[in-house]
Amino acid sequence: MKRIVTAIVHNRSGVLNRVTGLLSKRQFNIESISVGRTETEGVSKMTFVVEVEDERKLEQLTKQLNKQIDVLKVSDITDKAIVARELAMVKVISNPQIRSEIQGIIEPFRATVIDVSRESMTVQVTGNSDKVDALIDLLRPYGIKELARTGLTAFTRGHQPQVAEIKSYSLLK
Amino acid sequence: MKAEAAQKVKTAPRTGADLLVDSLIEQGVDTLFGYPGGAVLPIYDAIYRAEGSFDHVLPRHEQGAIHAAEGYARVSGRPGVVIGTSGPGATNLITGIADAMMDSLPVVIFTGQVAKGVIGTDAFQESDVMGITTPITKHNYQVQQIEELPRVVKEAFHIATTGRPGPVVVDIPKDISSKVHEKDVESTFHLPGYQPTVHPNPLQINKLHDALLQAKKPVILAGAGIIHSKGSEDLQNFAKNYSIPVVTTLLGLGSFPGSDELSLGMGGMHGTYSANRALYECDLLINIGARFDDRLTGNLEHFAPNAKVAHVDIDPAEIGKNVPTTIPIVSDAKAALEALNKRDAAKLDHQEWLDKTNKNKVEYPLWHDDYEDQISPQWLMKKVHAYTQGKSIVTTDVGQHQMWAAQYYSFHQPNKWVTSGGLGTMGFGFPAAIGAQLASPEASVISIVGDGGFQMTMQELSLLQERKIPVKVVIVNNQALGMVRQWQEKFYEERYSHSLAQSQPDFVKLAESYEIPGYKIETKEDLERVLPDVLNNDQPAVIDCRVMQMENVYPMIAPGKGLHEMIGVTR
Repeated sequence: MKRIVTAIVHNRSGVLNRVTGLLSKRQFNIESISVGRTETEGVSKMTFVVEVEDERKLEQLTKQLNKQIDVLKVSDITDKAIVARELAMVKVISNPQIRSEIQGIIEPFRATVIDVSRESMTVQVTGNSDKVDALIDLLRPYGIKELARTGLTAFTRGHQPQVAEIKSYSLLK
Repeated sequence: MKAEAAQKVKTAPRTGADLLVDSLIEQGVDTLFGYPGGAVLPIYDAIYRAEGSFDHVLPRHEQGAIHAAEGYARVSGRPGVVIGTSGPGATNLITGIADAMMDSLPVVIFTGQVAKGVIGTDAFQESDVMGITTPITKHNYQVQQIEELPRVVKEAFHIATTGRPGPVVVDIPKDISSKVHEKDVESTFHLPGYQPTVHPNPLQINKLHDALLQAKKPVILAGAGIIHSKGSEDLQNFAKNYSIPVVTTLLGLGSFPGSDELSLGMGGMHGTYSANRALYECDLLINIGARFDDRLTGNLEHFAPNAKVAHVDIDPAEIGKNVPTTIPIVSDAKAALEALNKRDAAKLDHQEWLDKTNKNKVEYPLWHDDYEDQISPQWLMKKVHAYTQGKSIVTTDVGQHQMWAAQYYSFHQPNKWVTSGGLGTMGFGFPAAIGAQLASPEASVISIVGDGGFQMTMQELSLLQERKIPVKVVIVNNQALGMVRQWQEKFYEERYSHSLAQSQPDFVKLAESYEIPGYKIETKEDLERVLPDVLNNDQPAVIDCRVMQMENVYPMIAPGKGLHEMIGVTR
């Protein structure tokens, strides 16, 4: 099962290596990982999307992460009400004739064109991973020259609905 | 004397190395196991200036230093302290660091590093100590600024010795240890990401107490956590109050007296029938400070299949890792036992269950063959036990001799058993014995080693010679890599690939070349004549004891099999 796990960490050199080393040592598959600074000086946040077999493995994952001295807090937010976004840049082969066609495709995704050259254009899209996947699938037939994704970053919404309602808000289940 | 030495340091030029030495003195370090080299020259200069502050032990290989520090930590409960230089000095320590990690031993390791300016340039004797040691340490540091050195040292000792103990590496670039620093340095620390839970949640203790009141067939699994937390007496009270039989793990030996009527001995791959049977049949399994290692559980599908599992561990990640747990209790073992001992244990009657476990104990004891003309290794262990009244500190490597020592040297007290359990390191036992002896100079220390393992670290005989350390080395010499050979016999149709008939040095001459008395023992009479004498004097000794080569360790659970599938239970 796919889970979104966040970790608040001390922003010290080597902390990314500690965390990813730990995950690979314990045989966890990281689908994506994104890291950046937070509102607090010296504290960073990591967001992982991981594929785990079952609840027990998931428990191990969070416990092992928690054991790290530089890790301050670990949360599995998959089942919470969350906002989750990732950014992708897609360089699509396109001549002037089909540019407007591509424009039409990306518009419903609220994606933007951030670069144009004679043979290609670069599209930037932001959203949850499913949305990004869907746009990439639509653009693939035109020929994708280059693709870069940031990986998912996420946190919980300001208001958490009651337990019974939660499932419908989940992105990945 | 310590205070005077500290005074002396303060008048000399104050380098990073001096700050380090001051910090070690402040931590109450009395023994350093270290080996000098280029990148630690400033540190060794500071040690020279602080002479008399601590005993510096120079092994003949860095691996000897770290195993000695592990032995020191195991018997004293105080952290072992190691210094090594950069590059090969650090990499030679790796086996011992991994060993200390697996067996949760508090060790603080200081490694020299090339100067900050050349880190990352493949400089002479540079190695990526942080990268190499991250997966095998509880935590590690590379000191980036001289101002942080005293705080890092404090943190390192704090992390190594609290919670679940473990090794901590501090990597110190040479420019930092040699830099002069005049200002006073702040060393207070706060670790928001490291707050071990020491006291059990009372609600969880209630749950365990309720389960105890209902259980018909409870059993205690006693691990090394009890020894780390100094909870042996509490365990004895708990087992007696609630009349529950006790199985110990390999590393938990000594946490409960082996001779007690409630003791079922060691469980696991080469455990006793009564211990494994109790683990298999119980309806409540109370694991206190053990980590359900695969050598203990065997095939997990058949491990305690009908039991409710309660697990007391200071490391929450161990709970539920291998065995699903109904009653998790995150706590120091002693604190949890104290809480349990305060509850009412009256009305508990497990007589039927105790009768059964006792019957197993009586009907299926450990057994071994005896030979007219040769020494059986099990007989040797019994003799060592008899001549020392079970009071010695015993250290071992890994393999057959380790299992025989565990089976036949019945331990009555904690902190007497020093063995490489998790990592299973050959060459561990002898240097660990040196560390153990230095930690407790009055104790009798016996290093029971195999002929294979001894040859991996025997250069440390130099230390016995140099310091007259009265460690007695008993080589269980079967001229084979016994456990490898046993597995080849059992599982590879007797194809003894590279496990037999290597050439050996003459161990007696070897010992004599270090001016240590050496004895070659080939008969029972020899042993009975030599061993009591050797044990009764305060000299080191090397005893090359030739034993039956093809002897196997029994009983046994073959790999992949369950606790109920023991072989070799009876002759």
